[in-house]
Amino acid sequence: MLSSLSPHLPIIQVVLPLIAAPICVIFRRTGVAWLIALVVSWLSFGISIVLLEQVISNGPISYLLGSWPTPWGIEYRVDILSAFVMLIVTSIGAIVMIFAPNSVHMEIPPDRTYLFYTMYLLTFTGLLGITITGDAFNLFVFLEISSLSSYVLISLGAERNALTAALRYLILGTVGATFYIIGVGLMYQMTGTLNITDLAERLPEVASTKTILVAIGFITVGIGLKLGLFPLHVWLPNAYAYAPSVVTVFLAATATKVAVYMMLRVYFSIFGTKMFSALPIDELLLILGLIAILSMSAVAIYQSNAKRLLAYSSVAQVGYMVIGISMVTTTGLTATILHLFNHAMIKCALFLVLAAVFYRIKSVKIEDMAGLGKAMPYTMAAFIVAGFSLLGVPLTVGFISKWYLILGALEKGWWPVAGLIVVSSLLAVIYFWKIIEIAYFKPRPEGAAEISEVPLNMLLPIWVMVGSNVYFGMNTDLTVSAAMSAAKSLIGGAP
Amino acid sequence: MQLPVEIPGLLNYWIVIVLMMVGFFVVISHGNLVKKIVGLNVFQVSVFVLYITMSKIDGGAAPILDDAIKNYSNPLPHVLILTAIVVGVATTALGLALIVRIRDAYGTIEDDEITNQERDDA
Repeated sequence: MLSSLSPHLPIIQVVLPLIAAPICVIFRRTGVAWLIALVVSWLSFGISIVLLEQVISNGPISYLLGSWPTPWGIEYRVDILSAFVMLIVTSIGAIVMIFAPNSVHMEIPPDRTYLFYTMYLLTFTGLLGITITGDAFNLFVFLEISSLSSYVLISLGAERNALTAALRYLILGTVGATFYIIGVGLMYQMTGTLNITDLAERLPEVASTKTILVAIGFITVGIGLKLGLFPLHVWLPNAYAYAPSVVTVFLAATATKVAVYMMLRVYFSIFGTKMFSALPIDELLLILGLIAILSMSAVAIYQSNAKRLLAYSSVAQVGYMVIGISMVTTTGLTATILHLFNHAMIKCALFLVLAAVFYRIKSVKIEDMAGLGKAMPYTMAAFIVAGFSLLGVPLTVGFISKWYLILGALEKGWWPVAGLIVVSSLLAVIYFWKIIEIAYFKPRPEGAAEISEVPLNMLLPIWVMVGSNVYFGMNTDLTVSAAMSAAKSLIGGAP
Repeated sequence: MQLPVEIPGLLNYWIVIVLMMVGFFVVISHGNLVKKIVGLNVFQVSVFVLYITMSKIDGGAAPILDDAIKNYSNPLPHVLILTAIVVGVATTALGLALIVRIRDAYGTIEDDEITNQERDDA
């Protein structure tokens, strides 16, 4: 039974959460919906591990939907990069679902919690679909599935600002997705194909036409909107700040990462590295990335809401990934892909801590966090370790990705860039210290309600994430070798 | 079937560009949230026209297996656009639903008044 299923794993990975979502609506019961979401997340996590192993040992998997041969039919293609990103998304989903019940039940009205799990499953479907599909238009469909459901997730936030944050994200997100299909349409017009592998073969003939250059422009801006590339990030801070805590954890750790994956896929699997000689996209990305890491880290220092602070820090971190792409070298791309994985773990851990804090004190304002170091010692200790990882302290994952990024910069002889990366890490020390200072060195205000540590099912996911921050910081074999071979296959041309 | 008037070659593409810019301009410039959603719709429709135009060829018939039909239009972009239309409808529905909730919460659907209220909150 299992062996007959195994060739169909790529499609099961997408269809499983897609079917589970409406089942949650049929039951309309919080407990059942949570159980379904939990089981599906862990099953998907298992499938990702199996797929990654298969890809590492046997090379890319191609799955033809309905057995229609490419390029006529839709192809699902799992190579090492997509398997790696899929592992990120599913592992975060699996961890978040263990954490979710308490936090969700406190923040979302009980008659709507089953909708939260439904929308979570749809977002999950969309994100997995983006990573797995080998068809440029199919990618748009999954992009919209994940985006539309994440707008709903954000609007579930308790404050009214969540509604406007969701609508603003909806408007910019739709503009971004539409820009992307304009680009895909222009490519189709020139090549007559939508299959990514096929596009990569046929594009070089027409690569220097204006139509293709315009397509590159539209797609860059479209994906830039999705990944929160400076200055297209304006939707991101509010969306992260006002969404329910669990939603912020999930989206911050996965959605922007998948958008970076899209960017890698389009630039390197479709257009190829020759594109950068036709249009100076790499220089543009480098400049925007540098502005992002410096200005957004500086803006983060002045935030009074901890979730918003970390949201700005996320925009800065996307800057690091974009700088890695702009190098167009194996080391640079290795740094980007590593940082996808590492930043997902860092931000997941940090936002989980904030969700736990909100669960106890009903606020994530930094001034309200006074004295938490004593009141919630295990939670706040996790915050410190994950924070060290964000800063890039050795023995944590943050150090590994910054190390490769700086290595890549030096390889290209970009001394000033390496220097600016260090400067922006120092800015991160300032905003991170702000929270630590208040949590550890200020007493709880007089008369404040007694608070205790969060329950074990919230503490455990936090420490699993923090533990993996340290584990993958010391034991880098798996992540670095996977990232490096993904980077090599991207630079080498066809996936 | 031959159209009574020959459509000049690039007319459709000009329409696409005009619609796109009009829609985009409305999204950016109008403060009324419903108008923003309408602008977004016009913007999306321009892309539908782009796809449909590129699949049409001179004298092309519907793609039916028949000996009489030699030239036919490419049906694939039409199918793609059916999907995109569904996405557009879903986006509009969700956007309007959010606007209803925003009006309940703020008592207005003007962007600048909402921004003022949010500033007062903070």
